[in-house]
This record gives sequence, structure tokens and C-alpha cells, in this order.
Amino acid sequence: MSDTPLLEVEGLSTHYVSERGTRVTRAVEDVSFTLRDGETLGIVGESGSGKSTLALSLLRLLPPAARHVAGAIRFEGEDLLTKSAVEMRHIRGKRIAMILQDPMASLNPLFTIGDQVGEPLRVHEGASRRGAWERARELLGAVRISAPNARVRNYPHELSGGMRQRIVGAIAISCAPRLLIADEPTTSLDVTIQAQYLSLLRELQRAQGLALIFITHNLGIVARMCDKVAVMYGGRIVETGPVRRIFGTPAHPYTRALIESIPKLGDSNGRLTAIEGQPPDPAALPGGCAFHPRCPARLERCAVERPHDTAVGDEHRTACWLHG
Amino acid sequence: MNGSRAAALTVAWRLASFRREGLPMFPIVILATLALLAIFADFIAPHDPQVGMLGERFRPPAWQVGGSTAHLLGTDHVGRDVLSRLIFGARISMTVGFTAVIFAGVLGTTLGILAGYLGGWVDQIIMRVTDAWLALPALTFAIFLAAIVGPSASNIVIIMALVYWTRYARVVRGEVLSLKERDYVRLAIVAGCSKRTIMKRHILPNVVNSAVVLATLMLGVVIVTEAALSFLGVGVPPPQPAWGLMLADGKKGLMAGYWWLTVLPGLCIMLMVLSANLLGDWLRVKLDPQLRQL
Amino acid sequence: MTPLLEARGVVKHFPVRGSLFGGPQKVVRAVEDVSFVIEPGATLGLVGESGCGKTTTAKLVLLLERPTAGEIRFDGESLATLDAQGLRRYRHSVQAVFQDPYASLNPRMRVDSIIAEPLVTNERLSAVELGESLRKVLDLVGLPARAARLFPHEFSGGQRQRIAIARALTLSPRLIVLDEPVSALDVSIRAQILNLLKDLQRELGLAYLFIAHDLAAVAHMSHVIAVMYLGRVVETGAARTVATQPRHPYTKALFAAALPSHPDDSRDEIVLAGDVPSPLDPPSGCRFHTRCPQVMPHCSTDEPKLAGVDGRDVACHLYDLAEVARATSPRG
Repeated sequence: MSDTPLLEVEGLSTHYVSERGTRVTRAVEDVSFTLRDGETLGIVGESGSGKSTLALSLLRLLPPAARHVAGAIRFEGEDLLTKSAVEMRHIRGKRIAMILQDPMASLNPLFTIGDQVGEPLRVHEGASRRGAWERARELLGAVRISAPNARVRNYPHELSGGMRQRIVGAIAISCAPRLLIADEPTTSLDVTIQAQYLSLLRELQRAQGLALIFITHNLGIVARMCDKVAVMYGGRIVETGPVRRIFGTPAHPYTRALIESIPKLGDSNGRLTAIEGQPPDPAALPGGCAFHPRCPARLERCAVERPHDTAVGDEHRTACWLHG
Repeated sequence: MNGSRAAALTVAWRLASFRREGLPMFPIVILATLALLAIFADFIAPHDPQVGMLGERFRPPAWQVGGSTAHLLGTDHVGRDVLSRLIFGARISMTVGFTAVIFAGVLGTTLGILAGYLGGWVDQIIMRVTDAWLALPALTFAIFLAAIVGPSASNIVIIMALVYWTRYARVVRGEVLSLKERDYVRLAIVAGCSKRTIMKRHILPNVVNSAVVLATLMLGVVIVTEAALSFLGVGVPPPQPAWGLMLADGKKGLMAGYWWLTVLPGLCIMLMVLSANLLGDWLRVKLDPQLRQL
Repeated sequence: MTPLLEARGVVKHFPVRGSLFGGPQKVVRAVEDVSFVIEPGATLGLVGESGCGKTTTAKLVLLLERPTAGEIRFDGESLATLDAQGLRRYRHSVQAVFQDPYASLNPRMRVDSIIAEPLVTNERLSAVELGESLRKVLDLVGLPARAARLFPHEFSGGQRQRIAIARALTLSPRLIVLDEPVSALDVSIRAQILNLLKDLQRELGLAYLFIAHDLAAVAHMSHVIAVMYLGRVVETGAARTVATQPRHPYTKALFAAALPSHPDDSRDEIVLAGDVPSPLDPPSGCRFHTRCPQVMPHCSTDEPKLAGVDGRDVACHLYDLAEVARATSPRG
């Protein structure tokens, strides 16, 4: 394992500009984090936090209205923001893969599973049709789908949601990428299917030395799967650190409130600690610290000045005036 | 708040928000001008459209040789002023057009809602009738009906309402089928609302959008149909100045070079239909995404 | 105390249109022989995965569907024999809140009309009384009075859900069916709504039928939990008991699969083989036998019945008294 991080995002800002250029939505603002080989990072946020825009930014899959106004995305040392469209095409699906929330929307209903799983191999590695089908069968086995020889001939609508999500996983790992970005991959799955799927991802990660980025609003997934966490609010990262520190001693009031507001199995059935108000509209963020209107520990300063990123522990950073 | 009031408020609210947002000026100007001409025809038209002066027959428009400023757009084969006839013709076309579209709309939307929401044999009957109706070519059907009841402006309106309601019914029924499954309809059932109340309060206001868009698009079709019927002699009866009728009359003079008798009414028909279609298209785009937003 | 709502052996089958070439009529066995009880002022939590029948059960309780067999009693009165008066009384007593706050409110109606609709449909009140009712209920759910004249799209998801709850409260019901009331809301808002629901239960003596896939939320809100699998109740008992010491193999797998609340919260994972079978063609005998890690030979032929075990009811052959006897007999 080399010393250079696999992925280094520095000061990334992505804005959406309205048609007439009048409204600017700061979807992602000044986001920085690093990821090493084989590590799993959880990016936690609610609606409007910017996490999905961040995921799409990493692979430069944004609609025309979005602009990268600042920052760098260094993957294996090279800045992705400076790459041409052709170069990006060679990276997507081959060195960085992505899986999305809805497996039915991720699969083309008109093509067989074999065709779809084999497609990246034919595009990136020039495999023949037969070769790709062979590999497809192997890949279906790797994602623990039973009877892969039969499954390659099926169409997406003939399979269950859990199976489809595995197939999406198979497509993602087909060219042995170094990094897999998963945007809410289990939200549409049942509880037991979700558990199976997360185990599978763990297994694939170990077998292939994959680094994983989980984009999710579910702290349970983070607790189970991630090594590091970055918490997003109003387009910025408000806290980042090793998973045990974040859950054990959260530094940012938002992180703490979020953890405390979730019902836990086996807890006494008293009141949950709720956060008042609602997540901000990214087009109309509050001044100063975006969380201040809802913060139980806000200071006067918080409404006026945006807090800087400060270290609060070993690899544990937060942007909050309570921590200097 | 009952369903029809909600529907009316919806339309008013939409119109108000359009003013803020930038409108398709061309169709709106054209339609507004035609509407004004129609309303104030008595004051604007220089001559009586139905009285001809035999001494003034076949006068060309004012800018041609032989034209005069008394008849800016010339006269027809019995000496009637073309400009005045076009202006009064606007009144007829707009009246017939709008009334037919509204009658067809009300009939079609109502039947569409009943078919979609009640389902069962009601749906079957209405849909089979719709299918049969749609299989008939509209114009032929209209001619057939007109031949039976005789030509007059009010008969034409009724005939066209009867011919065109099916298009609304189809579209509205489709929407109602999906609206039926919405949570707020289920909750209305849980609250104990009768089917009638649900159709009025929850279904109707949510299909108004589609019906309005369809109406604007149908306006063009209806006007052309009216013109065709008048052209064929089974529409608005002479000596009323319907544009279609003017076309028919003017046909005779075409070979003799009296172009203004056909081109000018034809241009008017084209302008009105074009504007109605452009407006309908714009409305469709405007109303649809908002529907999704809401 | 008479239970508020009692379901006894409820069955619901949905016919599926046959194929073009005939053949036997296919039937979706959505709910099969389900029985449960909801006490006044208490919450029954219904958990299960896709196809378990919990949504159909909710519809049956709300009289949006009629059972194919079995009976549901409210306050001792059977729902099947309700006349128009009785139906109106039932609608008064049982209301609902659904999952999607964006689809629960008619976008063309103002909030006051939406909330007042149940009242207006069922009672004859003067404008003054209506206004009073509206104000009271808006206050109960924590919304300002001026919300009344606004349209749904002017509110956030959490606020819309409050509007939906306010509407459910106007008739002073005794039971509210909550079908995934917080799943579509942001995480930071869920606690607000759950707290509100609990407060309302305490203040107004409401009973809830709480359906959610978030096991921790269900365990938090419920007094009694019923676990459903492919149309049957496989385990039911006090929430705490079922959640922390499950007995049925499916319940065990379900709660073991729940995501942890802390990284060190390790749970022995019980991996279930394969996917959930289709309710069109459920397995014979115990419907869970195809995936059960503790399956025995006769599970595929005999259907287990709910029986009391360790302070709750379980439908599983592992706990048959006869089975226990056989296992501990000296013949062995």
C-alpha cells in the first residue's frame, strides 16, 4: 500500500447556476477529504446537504447547469477536473465505479443480464462477446447469485430487487476498479436483503482491495460499514473523523443531535432528542454557520461568522465555534 | 371549498402567475386582437357586412389599381365590404370556436371522470361509445349531423361538441385512473367522503390542467372544422359572414384573379388556428412540470 | 377490558387475471389467517418485509378492502355487519396517516379545507365551530394558525406530515393507522414526528397501528409487536420482549439484520438463504421453511399455529410441546 492516498479531494466547490444566471445554488462548498486504498468512507447528510452532488462531482456526471468553481479531485495522483471527456470515459467504470439507489433504473430493461454485466468488459478491455459472457458468469458467482448460467439469460424484470442490486454490483466490479462509490445502495431493499448486500460489499472489498465511499443518510450503514465518516450540512463538511470517534465523542452539535435522535433497539422508550426546524434549502442558506438556527448550543458568533475547520483529535476535524 | 370553485380558482391563479413569467406574445396578441375585433365589431367595422352595393362589386384592396379607401380590403361578388365581413367573421369564428370547445370539454371531462373513477360497466359503456365515435371521421360525422338538423350557428356548436367530446374523455380518463391511486384520494375515502364528493373535490381540480391544454389545442381543430362545414354549405348559413363561407364564395372568383376573396379569409383562419396551437403548446409545457412540482 | 380492535383469522386473497389460454385462477394470498388485538391507547407495531401483507392488513382495518374470510371487530362490533350509521361511526373512530407527505395532501386544496374535510363530511358544524376545531388541532400538531390558508407545496415534508396528522385528529378518532409515517422524512425530522405521535397518544388516549420497516422505530413506539412473513403472523408479544429476545427464526434473523446504532454494536449475523417467495405461490406447510436455518422435515408439510412460548406467541414447530417432548424423550 503506497503512501499517496487513492483519492484526495481538496476544496471542491460545485454550484448550480440558473438559466438566466441569476440564482446560484452552492450545492457543494469547499469540501476536502482523503481516502486510502481499501478504506471505507461514509458521507452522511440529509436532503439538501450536497452529498449526491458530491458523488456525481467525483465522476463528473453533473448536468450542464452545474459548474465546478473551485478545487481539485486527485485520483491516484491525477486531477480529474483537468481531464478531457475521453479520458474521463476511460476512468468511469474501469478505475472508478458507481452504484445507485434504484436497481431497476440502473438496468436497461431491453438487454439480458449477461449483456449488461459484460458491457464494461467489452468497452474497457476489448473483450469479445463470448469472453464477456464467460466473465459475466464468473462475476455473478462473485456476487453470490445462484445458478449464474441461467441468470445471464434473464432480463432485469424477471429478477427480484435484491438480485438486481447484486447485478448492479457485478457490473461495477467487472473491470476491477480501485474505488467504488455507492449512493444510497440499500435504501430500496428489505432489511434482511440489505444485510446480505452489505456483507457482500464487505467481502468484495476484502477480495479486491476496493476502497468504498458510501453516500447515505443512514447512520446504521455508517456504523456497520465505514472506517471514516464525513458529515455534510448545507453543502459543507461539518465534521470528519474515524467512525468510533464520531459515534463516541461527536464534536459537532449536528452530528451529536443526529446520533441522539435515532431510535435504538433495546433503549428505554422515552422521548427521542429531536432537532427542531428542518434542513436548509441550499439556495437560501442561513448566514454564518448553516446549522445555527437549529443548534441547541449556538453562540452569537455562529449567526454571523462561518466557523473554520479545526482539528479536535487524531484525524478528527470539525467546523464549529464551540471548538475554537 | 367545492370542486368547481377550486377549479375556477386554479385557472385564475395560473393566469395570474403567467403574467409574472413571460408569455408567448405572438399568439396572445393575435388572439387578443381577434377577440377585441369580435367584441367591438359593431363599432370597428366600416360597413354593414351583409349589405352589398352592386355598383361596388369585385373591388380590389385599396393598394391595388381600382381599389378605394372606402373598402380597404376590397369587396366581394355582391359588393359587400371584405374588411367588415372579416371582422364580423371573427365574432362568429371565435364564438363558435370557444363555445364548441367548452361544451365538448365539459361533456368529455365529465364522462372521462365518471368512466375513470367509477370503472365497471360505466367505464365500459363510455369507453365503447368513445371508441366507436373516434372511429368515425370527424368531418364526415359533422356533415352528416348538420345535414340532418340543418345549418345554423347554434346547431354547429352542438354538433361539434358532440363530435369532439371523445378526445377529452380519453385523456381525462387516463389521468383519473392514476389519480385514483393517490394517497389523498384514499384518505378521502377513509374520511368517509362519498364518491360524488371525491370526484368533485379531489379528481376534477387535478384534471383541469389537462382539460385546459386540450381545449386550447382543440380550438384550432374546431375552427377549421367550422370553416370546412361553412365551406361545404352545411355550416353557418349565408348571408352571415363566416370565414369558411367567404372562402367558398371566393372560390368562384379565383380564376378571374380576385385573390383577396380567398386569401384574406384563409389568412385569418390560419392566424387564429396557429395562435391557438402555439398557445396550447406553451400551456402544455408550462402546466405539466408545475403539476409535478406540486 | 375489551380490546379496541380485534382481528380474528382474517384472510385476504386477490385474484390475478388468468392467462390468455385459461388455466387455474391464480390468487395472491396476501393475508392468511391473521389474528391480533389492539388495546385502547396502545400501539401495535407491525413489522415484516416486502410481501408480508402488512399494507394489506392496514387496508383491511381501514375498510379500503374487505376480507375474503375471517372477521375484524371494533369495540366488539363486527365490521362486516355495519350499516350506514355504523360505517359513519367507524370512520369517526379510525383514521390514517400514510407514508408520502407529498401525495397525502391534495395540491389544489388549502390546508384548512384539507384538515376540515373529515369533519365537514361527517358532521354538521357551524363555521365558528369548524374554526375552533381547526385551531385546536393545528395547535396539537405544533403548526401556527396562519398555516390554514396556505397550500401544501408551501410546506416542507415534515410539516406536511404534521398536516396529515392534524387531519387524522379532527374527528377525535380512537385508532390511527400509521403506514410508514416517517420513512419519507429526513432523519433529523423523524424524531420530531415520533415524539409528537407519542405525546398525542398520551394526551388523547389514541391507539396506533404502527407499520414501519425501521425496526428500532417500531420497537420504540410500540407496546406490542407482531411480526409478519408472507401473510402470516409468526410471532407476537410485548415489544421489548420480541425485539430483544426473539424466538421465531425469522424474527431472530430480522432483528439481527437491523443496522447497529454504534460501530461496536456487533450482532451475530443470521444470513437467510435466497429471496422472499412470491405470495402468488407460497411454500407449503410453514411458509418460512424454504429459508429457515433451523428447518425440520415436517416443517414443509405441517403449518405451525401461534402458541404461547416464553411470554409471547410464536408460530414455529421448534416450540411445539410434542416436539419438545420428542427431543427430550429417552428414546432420543
